[in-house]
Amino acid sequence: MKTKLTALAVTTALVAPAAMAQEMTIVSWGGAYSKSQLKAYHEPYSAKSGVTIINDDSSAEAVAKLRAMNEAGNVTWDVVDVVASDAMRLCDEGLAMEIDADTQLAAAPDGTSASEDFGDLLVSDCFIPQIVYSTTFGYRTDLVGDTAPSTICDVFDTDAYPGKRSLEKRPINNMEWALLCDGVAKADVYDVLATPEGQDKALAKLDTIKDDVIWWSAGADTPQLLADGEVVMGSTYNGRLFSVIEEQKQPVAMLWDAQVFDLDGWIIPAGLSDERKAQALDYIMFATDTQRLADQAKYISYGPARKSSAPLVGKHAELGIDMAPHMPTDPNNAQNTFLYNYEFWADYRDDIDAKFQAWLAK
Amino acid sequence: MGGPVSPQKIGRHISLTCENNGDIMTDATSQSGPMLAADGTPLKKSLARALRMQKTRALMLIAPLLVFVLVSFIFPIGKMLFKSVENDIVVETIPLTVAELQNWDAESGALPDEALYAAFVSDMVVAINAKRHTRLGTRLNYEHTGMSSLFRKSGRKIKKLDPATDGPFKEQLIAIDKKWGDVTTWAVIKTHSVKITNGYFLNAIDMQRTPEGAQAQPEDKRILIKLFQRTLFMSLMITVSCILLGYPVAWLLANLPSRTANILMILVLLPFWTSLLVRTSAWKVMLQQQGVINEVLVWIGLVADDARLVMINNQFGTIVAMTHILLPFMILPMYSVMQTIQPTYLRAAKSMGATNWTAFWRVYFPLSVPGIGAGSILVFILAIGYYITPEIVGGTKGVFISNRIAYHISSSLNWGLAAALGTILLGVVLLLYWCYDKIVGIDNVKLG
Repeated sequence: MKTKLTALAVTTALVAPAAMAQEMTIVSWGGAYSKSQLKAYHEPYSAKSGVTIINDDSSAEAVAKLRAMNEAGNVTWDVVDVVASDAMRLCDEGLAMEIDADTQLAAAPDGTSASEDFGDLLVSDCFIPQIVYSTTFGYRTDLVGDTAPSTICDVFDTDAYPGKRSLEKRPINNMEWALLCDGVAKADVYDVLATPEGQDKALAKLDTIKDDVIWWSAGADTPQLLADGEVVMGSTYNGRLFSVIEEQKQPVAMLWDAQVFDLDGWIIPAGLSDERKAQALDYIMFATDTQRLADQAKYISYGPARKSSAPLVGKHAELGIDMAPHMPTDPNNAQNTFLYNYEFWADYRDDIDAKFQAWLAK
Repeated sequence: MGGPVSPQKIGRHISLTCENNGDIMTDATSQSGPMLAADGTPLKKSLARALRMQKTRALMLIAPLLVFVLVSFIFPIGKMLFKSVENDIVVETIPLTVAELQNWDAESGALPDEALYAAFVSDMVVAINAKRHTRLGTRLNYEHTGMSSLFRKSGRKIKKLDPATDGPFKEQLIAIDKKWGDVTTWAVIKTHSVKITNGYFLNAIDMQRTPEGAQAQPEDKRILIKLFQRTLFMSLMITVSCILLGYPVAWLLANLPSRTANILMILVLLPFWTSLLVRTSAWKVMLQQQGVINEVLVWIGLVADDARLVMINNQFGTIVAMTHILLPFMILPMYSVMQTIQPTYLRAAKSMGATNWTAFWRVYFPLSVPGIGAGSILVFILAIGYYITPEIVGGTKGVFISNRIAYHISSSLNWGLAAALGTILLGVVLLLYWCYDKIVGIDNVKLG
């Protein structure tokens, strides 16, 4: 009887609480981001299905932990929030389950299929996108003089904007920005970066500001450094800057130029029992529908990954300000953007990272 | 030392007794054969049996701990370390191809023949169905950039081929991706197709496995040897700073009246009860350019406002923060050794005309050396494997080899390289321990 019910739940995605596990573990990043998911997804889902959701803030180590769990043959997570590049690695390693967008995800309210609604953002077979976030720069309005920085190349201009900058301690994004400001056309950036000469060129450009850089490894570093006045500008995730500017009211402004779009979303680990898999799929179907994705934007300034969610984005739940102008995807902010090149970095990450670290240690 | 009699003392005692026995025995033998125990067996045999029983009983007592350590510690670590040479994945994913590759000479510069391409397609079809081909791509991408997407993208197309009927495959594969028509691709697969590889260890010392044997990495990718050296140097600096700062504190603790000493002891232990991240972040607040120390220096006019000291995100910051965090591990062993040094020794020295300094340097200090030894070993070994603090305050010049190990474990997923680095680190520690034993003598280390 139980198996029959589960089978029913799989085929029709009906909620059958009696047959499903009453608990599921969802892994995410913690902090304000997890809170936005709790409000937008977890609470309505628990109310609807009666399932208790346990949060685990382990997304930063998710790939390594999932591999270890898989080797031990005991996967304890049901749904995991990861960035798209990690989802690709997990998919490549066979650690995440493949998802068929059209049958396993909800269609848009107007009937547009999920695969069309998400469009190019379905970058991996195992990945269900949730938000579009961007890595961009914030600067101290009181420390940059009369003319505020307006282009990405102002980051490399230590004469006009003296003082420290914070950059992430990895090659991704930094190499692209360096090439852009070294005269490489946007369309050619990855072709150039694929050659050893191009990599040297990018590092040489970074060399010009190396003494003025504080390297960060956690997303909270740049907001803190900006608030303390340790740096005049620094890169971080746009949601972090939003909270420095709007919630903490610090004298900081956004430099959206050449922001790099990246995706964050769900994967379901491979090797779950049928029962847990059905439960996870049911949750995913609910949490990634058009309304739910739009709801999340009430709590954090990340853009929903579905096209159909964009018109539904409203006001911030506590501050009451309009969220649309704070989305990285807003037309005013998105005049000059990059999309993280997943294929390129999956290939070149190890090679360029070794060079980058050797350059850093010099 | 007022504690229980040490094993060495027992040993010496027994050997003394034996010598005496020997004397007696020579006397006895000259008269009436070997010395007998009460029950008539030779004394030597009876003693050996008693010793053996004692040993068995001791072994039985520690057996639960031994089993626990074996199961929960030695075995998993051994398994992890084994990953540094394990390389089954290539043979297991594409067995027919690996067999065919034996007949191909990478140095000939010619592409392999059709047989190999056919073998590769049949291997890949099996692997794609089991979703294992992308794992192989990831594995080979550590050695040669581009393998990851080559396997992922080709996989989608090879999936549609039928190994039995769709041949010949050589042209088809090269049409799918021209890299299959590149000798380098096959040379990389062949080079890394052995089951037990030294490739990870070579990578760990800035070298690489190539068809022509081990070669040095290009200069712009060499970093690991430098990090090993830096880790050793900085751990040493941290140990020395801990000794310098900890010795006076331990001396105070051991010599103050116990009421005051207890309060001081709580202060020493206090950091233990604070989260590591909090302590490290506190140093950030203290040392950064807009931080407490710089603010004070600027305020009293010692430092100009535009020339604030850089004390964090470099080696200095790492050494300061780690010295603070590891200090209790130095103070506690020193303290417990110093507590056992009788004050009467110093008084005796002074009564015979020694100055304060001579009494300290010739009497007290040598007695406290075992504490310094124990503390140094603890601090040094803890420091060499640290990574959170260097990650937060180390900037670019203050990071350790463990930061790279953490990166390869959690980000690049290159566990083989991480295991090789870990094995080398373990080897270095054991080597240093051996040197320490030879120079100082491990008997000279006491925890109390």
